[in-house]
Amino acid sequence: MIEFTLPSLGADMDEGKLLEWKVSPGDTVKKGQVVAIVDTSKAAVDIEIWCEGTVFELLTEPDETIPVGTVMATLLEAGESAETAKRAPRAAPAPKAAATPSHPGPLPRHGGEGIVSGRRRVSPAARKHAEELGVDIETVAGSGPEGAVTLADVEQAAAAKVSPARTAAVTDKVADKAAAMRRAIAAAMGRSKREIPHYYLSEPVPMRRATEWLALANEGRPITARLLMAVLQLKAVALALRKFPEMNGFFRDGAFQPATAAHIGVAISLRQGGLIAPAIHDVGEKSLEQLMLDLADLVKRARAGSLRSSEMSDPTITVTNLGEQGVAAVYGVIYPPQVALVGFGRIGEQPWVENNALGVMPVATASLAADHRVSDGHRGALFLAALRDQLQEPEKL
Amino acid sequence: MKMTYREAIRQAMFDALAADPRVFLMGEDVGRYGGSYACSKGFLEEFGAERIRDTPLSELGFVGAGIGAALGGMRPIVEVMTVNFSLLALDQIVNTAAALRHMSGGQFSVPLVVRMATGAGRQLAAQHSHSLENWYAHIPGIRVLAPATIGDARGMLAPALADPDPVVIFEHAQLYNLEGALPDDWRCDIATAAVRREGTDVSLITYGGSLPKVFAAAVQLAAEGIDAEVIDLRVLRPLDTETIAASLRKTHKAVVVDEGWKSGSLAAEVMARLVEECFYDLDAPPARVCSEEVPIPYARHMEEAALPQVPKIVSAARRMLGK
Repeated sequence: MIEFTLPSLGADMDEGKLLEWKVSPGDTVKKGQVVAIVDTSKAAVDIEIWCEGTVFELLTEPDETIPVGTVMATLLEAGESAETAKRAPRAAPAPKAAATPSHPGPLPRHGGEGIVSGRRRVSPAARKHAEELGVDIETVAGSGPEGAVTLADVEQAAAAKVSPARTAAVTDKVADKAAAMRRAIAAAMGRSKREIPHYYLSEPVPMRRATEWLALANEGRPITARLLMAVLQLKAVALALRKFPEMNGFFRDGAFQPATAAHIGVAISLRQGGLIAPAIHDVGEKSLEQLMLDLADLVKRARAGSLRSSEMSDPTITVTNLGEQGVAAVYGVIYPPQVALVGFGRIGEQPWVENNALGVMPVATASLAADHRVSDGHRGALFLAALRDQLQEPEKL
Repeated sequence: MKMTYREAIRQAMFDALAADPRVFLMGEDVGRYGGSYACSKGFLEEFGAERIRDTPLSELGFVGAGIGAALGGMRPIVEVMTVNFSLLALDQIVNTAAALRHMSGGQFSVPLVVRMATGAGRQLAAQHSHSLENWYAHIPGIRVLAPATIGDARGMLAPALADPDPVVIFEHAQLYNLEGALPDDWRCDIATAAVRREGTDVSLITYGGSLPKVFAAAVQLAAEGIDAEVIDLRVLRPLDTETIAASLRKTHKAVVVDEGWKSGSLAAEVMARLVEECFYDLDAPPARVCSEEVPIPYARHMEEAALPQVPKIVSAARRMLGK
């Protein structure tokens, strides 16, 4: 029996609302197949599954809001039958972290063999007290009879409520989407600034060669196929990361886990306000043309609110480009559990000394915000220098 | 002063007979035999055959006679041997005694006290062992009492006799030999439930013959670190909802212990009120420890198995606390 649980699609996601199942009981599913559409506070996301099997039971109803980690469906593995699966004990998912007790999962209902109750066991007193204390009852683990959440559990959770982020993440059912996104961003950014000791570096990057190369490359291309400077910057970041793995990966459970590929989260501002930073996968391995297609597609889908779960949960580093808005430089806030963020300001002409002569140079300020628990300023400086140098050889991108 | 529950009942009746010439005792074997449970031993000699009246084996007849006497200005105490036999007098109690004040537009009242034994535990089998208090507690127009302590056995009769309406008193047969200290001030009301032991973790709500078992369970739970509050309902009709609700609001958990059967029981009524009044204070589903749904068996081990017992109460409380 395989349990399909609601994945966390980012540090700012505590729960999601099932919009639609894309599979039915009896369907066989393959790795990477989209099985459901879930509304996070940021977007409607296509949820992919990463195992193979036959859908047995769908446990979550559309329009139901469930915490991350909830078993949404069960699947039969190859060779498993409905009978053997029914008898298999249903284990509660392990809490994802001590500070954020997870939902113990649906419990078997009294008397009905294999029938699963859709509602968690929360005592009325616990539910009421949680409301009074502003504790999200769905985040409280139950210790009462049959895993019920009791008053004591709520009081414990309230006492342990270290992070105001969790309060911020409490979904107000009546609040509109924008407010929910604002809270999600507040939670993630609040956590980032509380937990991550940021250090910041910046470097003016001469952009003449890149600009000239780009103009040449775009000559003769139809407008729709033209490359943007952003694509060169993404590729340059990905190539620079190869020598500086400590900028690329996750800081989890007190340790750094380097990533094997550069899945770069691209900060995309949304029309209704807020932003989202889904990943372009394997940026270092892709051609500029491919990256341009990917970027255009990603921006379009992000703004339409149809992203895939892997794009939401995979970014190993984030790149933000506020150049178009006209700022000279941006010093970003790292999106946990990532460990670095690269920012690009606008490309502006500046007086520039080259070969003992004063001239005019298009310059963009590249900045690095990095996690001091993982890397030091020295390595950060070398990384930024490598990024600068990559952009001096646009033909190699 | 130490005394038995039986002696407390006897003294209460003795006092009432001595104090008010309108009071008389009537029932099977109350006179020459001294009462089936020896609660009126010596009364015949003391008060004479006019006031201590042996009756034929006809509950319908002598309870009806009691009602007539009450209507005529007397203050009868009618003793029915057990609640099982009182079913023969249900018509008198339910259709007449309880209804007359209402049917006469308040012109008549029936100041009658009916005492009866109830409960199991003495190997008397299914026709002498049932707990049917809830049948009476269902009926508007009568007050139903269940003295469970020496003090209440001594104190409840006087206010019951003073009540202008019918009062039914249930004495659990297992309690008669209970020995304990009579409180200095044993005078009491017949309106409220009592907190017999204060606690914070779980409310054990009971009455009558189950109270000693619940106490024993509370002591055992205390040794395990579970601080149980013990509520004695005392008055089965009208129920003192406020006292049980206040206890629940403190402990948030309730186990109701009732020797009646679960189905349609007083325990069910108590639970219903807790859910109605205190839903948002409940930290666990209320639980019940009642008799098994069988006519009470004769064989000792089966009778014991059928009744609420200390280990059942303890484990119900433990389960509720997730232990």
